[in-house]
Amino acid sequence: MAGRRIVVTSGKGGVGKTTTTANLGAALAKRGMRVVLVDADIGLRNLDLVLGLEKRIVFDLVEVAEGRCQLRQALIKDKRFESLAILPAAQTRDKDAITETQFEAIVAQAAEQADYVLIDCPAGIEGGFRNAVAGAKEAIVVTTPEVSAIRDADRVVGKLNDRGLPMRLIVNRLRPEMVRTGDMLSVEDVCEILAIELLGIIPDDAEVIDTTNRGEPIVLDPNARLGVIYDKIARRLEGEMVPFTSFDAQGFFGKLFGALKAG
Amino acid sequence: MAMHQPLAQEVTAPAPKLGRAIVVTSGKGGVGKTTTTANLGTALAQRGAKVALVDADVGLRNLDIVLGLESRVKYHVLDVLEDKVSLDEALVPDKHSETLVLLAAAQAREKDEVDTEKMRALMQRLREHYDYVLIDCPAGIELGFKNAIVGADEAIVVCTPEVSAVRDVDRVVGLLGNRFKPQLIINRLRPQLVKKGKMLSVEDVNAILRLPLLGVIADEPEIIITTNKGEPLALRHDSETANAYHAIAARIAGEDVAAPAPELKESLIDKLGSFFGGKRA
Amino acid sequence: MIDWVKKIFGGPTSSSTAKERLRLVLMTDHLALAPDIIENMKRDLIDVISRYVEVDRDKVEVNFEREDRALAMLANIPIVSVNRPNPPPEPPRVPPTLSGPPPRRRRRKKPQTQNPATAH
Repeated sequence: MAGRRIVVTSGKGGVGKTTTTANLGAALAKRGMRVVLVDADIGLRNLDLVLGLEKRIVFDLVEVAEGRCQLRQALIKDKRFESLAILPAAQTRDKDAITETQFEAIVAQAAEQADYVLIDCPAGIEGGFRNAVAGAKEAIVVTTPEVSAIRDADRVVGKLNDRGLPMRLIVNRLRPEMVRTGDMLSVEDVCEILAIELLGIIPDDAEVIDTTNRGEPIVLDPNARLGVIYDKIARRLEGEMVPFTSFDAQGFFGKLFGALKAG
Repeated sequence: MAMHQPLAQEVTAPAPKLGRAIVVTSGKGGVGKTTTTANLGTALAQRGAKVALVDADVGLRNLDIVLGLESRVKYHVLDVLEDKVSLDEALVPDKHSETLVLLAAAQAREKDEVDTEKMRALMQRLREHYDYVLIDCPAGIELGFKNAIVGADEAIVVCTPEVSAVRDVDRVVGLLGNRFKPQLIINRLRPQLVKKGKMLSVEDVNAILRLPLLGVIADEPEIIITTNKGEPLALRHDSETANAYHAIAARIAGEDVAAPAPELKESLIDKLGSFFGGKRA
Repeated sequence: MIDWVKKIFGGPTSSSTAKERLRLVLMTDHLALAPDIIENMKRDLIDVISRYVEVDRDKVEVNFEREDRALAMLANIPIVSVNRPNPPPEPPRVPPTLSGPPPRRRRRKKPQTQNPATAH
């Protein structure tokens, strides 16, 4: 049976789509799933960089679309995982170098040999977004608990609704201490506003920047708090009911003395 | 702006100076273009300049909400470009700074509905009436980006000290071409992480991009709070970030402000350390 | 310190301000994205009002006004004519009873409920 095709999108840039795609893909691969990650951000590719695979690129998405190579030649196997491969975007082309139909066909082909195809969507709602969504049957919407990000996510949710794509939400870069002091919207606030099913809550973690610099997804570190969280999200995606880590301290005493619960 | 000459000399009065149109771009989304546009615009207006802010992110407008003006926007750029309303009717005066106005993006429209030539002409019109026209560019390098840069004569690129952001800026600088001599703002620096070798330093970024450095802004939780409230941080003078924006505004205005790298005192590095979430020192 | 105390005892936090602003701005965004919904609303509104008064359908205007803390719909519906109200219906005729004046209610006693004429 063909694998699931999920686009990871947000509207707003910089909220963690690429990092989420990379780490969620890695977490699924660690659980034994066959995973293909597709970078749909033609011209501004970053999925390869985040995974540290940028030096191994030979062919890219556009070349596959133009028939200059086979899909399997363009896929880069990540040696750190049994079953993770990425299809990089082209860097020196434009988003109109590929049509929605072409992109959809490539994703469908990748899905024949994988359990999951995760599509890293570019920021915005222009052609690149339309291409990325064309290849998907489900969506993960990533947002941070900030006003602009939520507003953009809302717009994207509307567009995904128009296409009838089932979607779930990841709230990224939560800062529980700021939520506690009333300086940041809580996960409950975000869910209430966007009104889509919650898939995961990821706290802000400085380690992510370091891992991106080194091209090593945080999921590789067994001690990393975020690694556990991405694994939970992978399990939820698989249909398991995994309770959410509680980051929001409730109540009056919570506000005074709330300690961060371990992830 | 040029003063009105007395009547007798009107024939020989010089044409009013065109304002500067500066596009604020980055390639990568979420690095702080909109925040920078809002705060820089505020800082320039606080110095008495007449500033027009233009949100070029059709369909994903946010400059209005960062400025706290979302309830006052009635018309947008496309309304003006399509001659549905006059430019004056569409410009929203800022709540906090007297000489600052906003031209909002359309929320329910698409980027490909913008006529590039008309956009260029509109920016030109704004330049005739304002000292500075700051154009908030959308993320990416698609049509939205192209329409944002068309009316500008200068560019500021915003970059965070992260590999993806640096890579994207590099691409964007290439696309901006020879017309622009972009200047760089490094945003969201976390000096403590730089010290621990977990984040690129200003020098690292500059070594790769080799652009003239306009300013360095540290990551401050206040930015999130001020966006929540819709009150740009540059309205204040009690924050390092606000002061960084003021310094950048001064540099843009041609003042000789002390070297920007880094604008951060040792004491600040320690103070900022306690704000960051995740693993502590 | 005062800010911290205020936050515990409930002044508006920046996050509650943000939530409120987002709520309102998204309502406006959603309306902007659904012009057909506005048309339907307008049409239904006219239909309902027309049941009571006659309106000039072509001159009806519906606008949405934003203030800092509220979104309101303003409808301007020109009324062409108002029919004379119908005459009030005749009051129902109460048939006379055989029991004479109604029983007096005493505080501690149950009121008379038996009608001597019909009691069995």
